[in-house]
Amino acid sequence: MSLFITKNGLLDTLQDGGRYGFQELGINPGGAMDCIAMRLVNILVGNHPFEPVLEMHFPAAEILVESPMLIALGGADFTAVINGNEIPLLHPVLVQKKSILKFIRRKKGARIYLSVQGGISAQKWLNSASTDLKTHAGGFEGRALKKNDRLFCKETTRSGMAKEGNDFVLFPWEANSGKLYRKNSFRFIPGFEFGFLPGETKKIMLSTNFSISSLSDRMGYRLEGEPLLLARPINLLSSAVTRGTIQLLPNGQLIILMADHQTTGGYPRVGHIISTDFSSLAQLSAGDEFALEAVDINIAEEAMRQQEIDLQQIQNACNFRLNDFFHLE
Amino acid sequence: MPGAIPYEIYPCGDHAITVSWGNRIDHAINQKAVLFGRQLKQLAVRGIRDIIPAYASVTIVYDLGLLVKEKNQKTVYASMVDLVHNLLENNMEQIPDVAALKQIPVCYDQSFAPDLPLLAKLHEREIDEIIALHTGTVYRVFMTGFLPGFPYMGKLPAAIASPRKESPRAFVPAGSVGIAGEQTGIYPVDSPGGWQIIGRTPVRLFDKEKINPCFLAAGDEVQFYPISLKEYHQFKQ
Repeated sequence: MSLFITKNGLLDTLQDGGRYGFQELGINPGGAMDCIAMRLVNILVGNHPFEPVLEMHFPAAEILVESPMLIALGGADFTAVINGNEIPLLHPVLVQKKSILKFIRRKKGARIYLSVQGGISAQKWLNSASTDLKTHAGGFEGRALKKNDRLFCKETTRSGMAKEGNDFVLFPWEANSGKLYRKNSFRFIPGFEFGFLPGETKKIMLSTNFSISSLSDRMGYRLEGEPLLLARPINLLSSAVTRGTIQLLPNGQLIILMADHQTTGGYPRVGHIISTDFSSLAQLSAGDEFALEAVDINIAEEAMRQQEIDLQQIQNACNFRLNDFFHLE
Repeated sequence: MPGAIPYEIYPCGDHAITVSWGNRIDHAINQKAVLFGRQLKQLAVRGIRDIIPAYASVTIVYDLGLLVKEKNQKTVYASMVDLVHNLLENNMEQIPDVAALKQIPVCYDQSFAPDLPLLAKLHEREIDEIIALHTGTVYRVFMTGFLPGFPYMGKLPAAIASPRKESPRAFVPAGSVGIAGEQTGIYPVDSPGGWQIIGRTPVRLFDKEKINPCFLAAGDEVQFYPISLKEYHQFKQ
């Protein structure tokens, strides 16, 4: 079972839930930018939710599906087509061997995820298969995929069901991700240095819109907005930062740390995006605008609890449908 | 008495908390932070993913998705705060600080030390004096960060403390030894960087093939010794 890359994408890497336990050494966690999409595409094909998946940006790779396999796509909508026929996101799809999977046009979102039932074989480094581009470790040879790479997938019995004659079989159920994503505003809990901001600066941070600058990647999103001014500079010793940390740069602009963030930093931490909203943020791209909404830790934890419940329900429903489907065959 | 250093605890996002002992570089405070991190690590608390010591703080990263499913009345955050408080108030003094002293060879040859002549001029000293001062001190690794295994070490003798470069270099080769403020550090991998480069070590600070990929960790002690260009090329780790 294998996937063969027939055309380069912009940045296509294998990612899982991240590499934790080594941040004290300066090794960042990485992992899927949109963890909800990673989990949903895995759940749809009956995998463990944190199985390595292929994360792709636009333009995405062109992929030859060399053997019959059950796949799912989720996250951004890049108009996926199999042998020219569009397939929807968030459905299990049984694909016939020698099919071509292409992504034609970016409709919305920034990152699309591909799962394969049984899992994609990936190299683990420090307990994670996530690709670490800085140290060239993990995933597929520690790098982004390119033309002529072949990804092997673990053999499963179910993929043998693809019948000759059909390019693909679209399973008739989908994972509804509607209430798991937000648009337009993202919640943050105030950071330790938020209290040092002058009143007027706080007001600007809470009431104006910010847009994602083109200098944004898997390490961090640089924002553009009305400059946030300090009464006087804040000099800090470096300390740990985390995914979602909003730092105030000396020029008055903000940066939000994403999956491949540095482990430590010395800029004022004016806020931290709540974990529940990471995936929504991960689907923004340059030029997109949003507002920041301050919440407290209770709201952040309750939002996360609800998200876990919603994902569990989707997982239960998908497992039921998948088992039922294969049982009936 | 180190136990008397006041601390505060605050959230570092909804999935991490930071214990901070203030905002200055101090041997005793850093020792406190590193020891606290080690002690917490030994407890292997379920749901804790990372324990990250820095100059004067420790940040604890936890798996909020997992822990939030198991919470009852209290927030996960409040439980973490309790855990930290209890540990700090009760049995802090039990683990001795065993710092490993690591001797690291550095070649200060001008081909590896683009900023050494400028620093000599800045401090009005001979290049050999700068080298003698740099190698004459035992440094503490206060933390690692920025790059995998990049050690922030100090403090430098005041006579050679130097500001960062005004504009960072696009490429600093792995092994480069630098100075920034009262710190000295070593680039473990090729990287852009703004530290003043005064030499290069043949020691590999980062090796992804090893079980412990980083040569240095917070709490280690380091002393440099000078080697010639020939010794640099003959060095075997």
